[in-house]
Amino acid sequence: MSYETIIGLEVHVQLKTASKAFCGCGTEFGLAPNTQVCPVCLGFPGTLPVLNRQFLNYGLRVALALNCQPAAFLKFDRKHYFYPDLPKNYQISQYDQPLAANGWIDIDTPQERKRIRIKRVHMEEDAGKLIHTAAATLVDYNRCGMPLLEIVSEPDIASAQQAYDYLVKLKAIIAYLDVSDCDMEKGSLRCDANISLRPCGQQRLGVKTEVKNMNSFKGVRDALNYEAGRQEDILGAGGAIEQQTRLWNETQQKTILMRSKEEAHDYRYFPEPDLVPFTIAPQTIAAAQATLPELPEAKKERLMNQFGLPAYDADVISSDKHLALFFEETAKGYPVPKTVSNWLMGDIMSYCNEHRLDFAQLPEVLPARNLIDLLQRIDQGTISGKIAKTILPELFGSDKTVDRIIAEKNLCQISDTAELNEVIRTVLRENAGVVTEFKSGKEKSFMFLVGQIMKKTRGKANPQLITTLLRERINSET
Amino acid sequence: MPISRATVEHIARLSRIALPDAEAALLTGQLDTILRYIEKLDQLDTASIPAMSHVLGLTNVFREDMRRPSLAPEDSLANAPAGDNGQFQVPKII
Repeated sequence: MSYETIIGLEVHVQLKTASKAFCGCGTEFGLAPNTQVCPVCLGFPGTLPVLNRQFLNYGLRVALALNCQPAAFLKFDRKHYFYPDLPKNYQISQYDQPLAANGWIDIDTPQERKRIRIKRVHMEEDAGKLIHTAAATLVDYNRCGMPLLEIVSEPDIASAQQAYDYLVKLKAIIAYLDVSDCDMEKGSLRCDANISLRPCGQQRLGVKTEVKNMNSFKGVRDALNYEAGRQEDILGAGGAIEQQTRLWNETQQKTILMRSKEEAHDYRYFPEPDLVPFTIAPQTIAAAQATLPELPEAKKERLMNQFGLPAYDADVISSDKHLALFFEETAKGYPVPKTVSNWLMGDIMSYCNEHRLDFAQLPEVLPARNLIDLLQRIDQGTISGKIAKTILPELFGSDKTVDRIIAEKNLCQISDTAELNEVIRTVLRENAGVVTEFKSGKEKSFMFLVGQIMKKTRGKANPQLITTLLRERINSET
Repeated sequence: MPISRATVEHIARLSRIALPDAEAALLTGQLDTILRYIEKLDQLDTASIPAMSHVLGLTNVFREDMRRPSLAPEDSLANAPAGDNGQFQVPKII
């Protein structure tokens, strides 16, 4: 029997406000334990939380960018659970009147463009961090009270790959809004997944499991692939899926039982009496909508229309706001956008990946002006494309200009016919055997000779020119 | 009876409160009386009254996104029964 996979994702995004959701503590990552706490976020009796205005503003921007309908009226609720990561024994969250609902993100599958609906977006506070030692559990409440948005998709995702694509899109949109670092390693973006299988054609949903503890998008994809396989094995053998929460184990590459349905939470939600309700006026929504930046989809369209980039290039470049900005800045000063895109997607992206450079740092370490100069020197024949590739790493983080590097390293392309002919003569003399081979029809030998000339000129010979000169020379000898 | 012994035990378990038999029986009776009293409100016709989520008539009470000093490290743990190197220490839970 063949099965259909059904996945829904719950994504938590930490918003980068200056202070926490309901108190004035800072929001820095990686501070010494419990140095960013106060009576409010420690849940001391008699304290009152007050909503951070920016939390709602950022949340509203995300909701609108995800095509959601913001609520005219919203309130907060207490979600009760008893665990040391939460000193109040409840989390301030939203239950039945969330910030926004009914949005969507479009993803591209190999077959079609597919709409993944977003059920709701709600605001809540983060919990603290637990460290389990052999003797005790230690608690750091620095993260407690950080502003989180929970973005819940409908179960419209049909594969692990689609889940991955959805996350990539979601992250790009939020990054464009500049309201979160979206860094899974630092926990500013977290993802839990619900997954179930059902026989193809069946209407009723199968029993689902919840999978947690993935710390990268790739981890999400691997965990969902594993879990789909696990469920398929059970169903295929005539078994039944148990409703469970399972943890992804990255090292073992498998999901492990965390808790079963019997232990499922019963949160006893009720309205948070410490916070009054909130209203969002239509003009506030309109104003927020009007100030949304150009989002990835629109950027992609424009890169194709305005700069004539192929869909693939536009997709890659628009997937990161900073990459897109750098592209546009460079393309303003250089007339062939496709060349800029090739350099970005090739050498520049590899360099950034290799050196763990964030694209946000690009303008700092590689001013667009330098890339423009580099590309122009190729066009002008000053250097070859190959030499340009060796200059690029020198440009990163350097205050030297392209011309200065070319001069200092003596990288100017040799386009002087007399000089090149001299080198060609030497190479032909030293490789008489290869020349004979070439003349007897071995086309490959020609490339060998070109290679020898390049070697002697340390890569500086003008490649078009030596090809012409070499042929002329060989032909004249026959 | 609006509240059962089973419900009381369930809530005690959710709240991580150990409830001896005698206390469970006592609390079931007490909670039952309280809830019966509250149930009198059901006699009112509230069909035409909009639901409210807060007793104050206020909405939109914000604070600006400004940082304020946090507690000094020695103060944040001052009331904790046990601490370890700036961290709160609780009984082992895993």
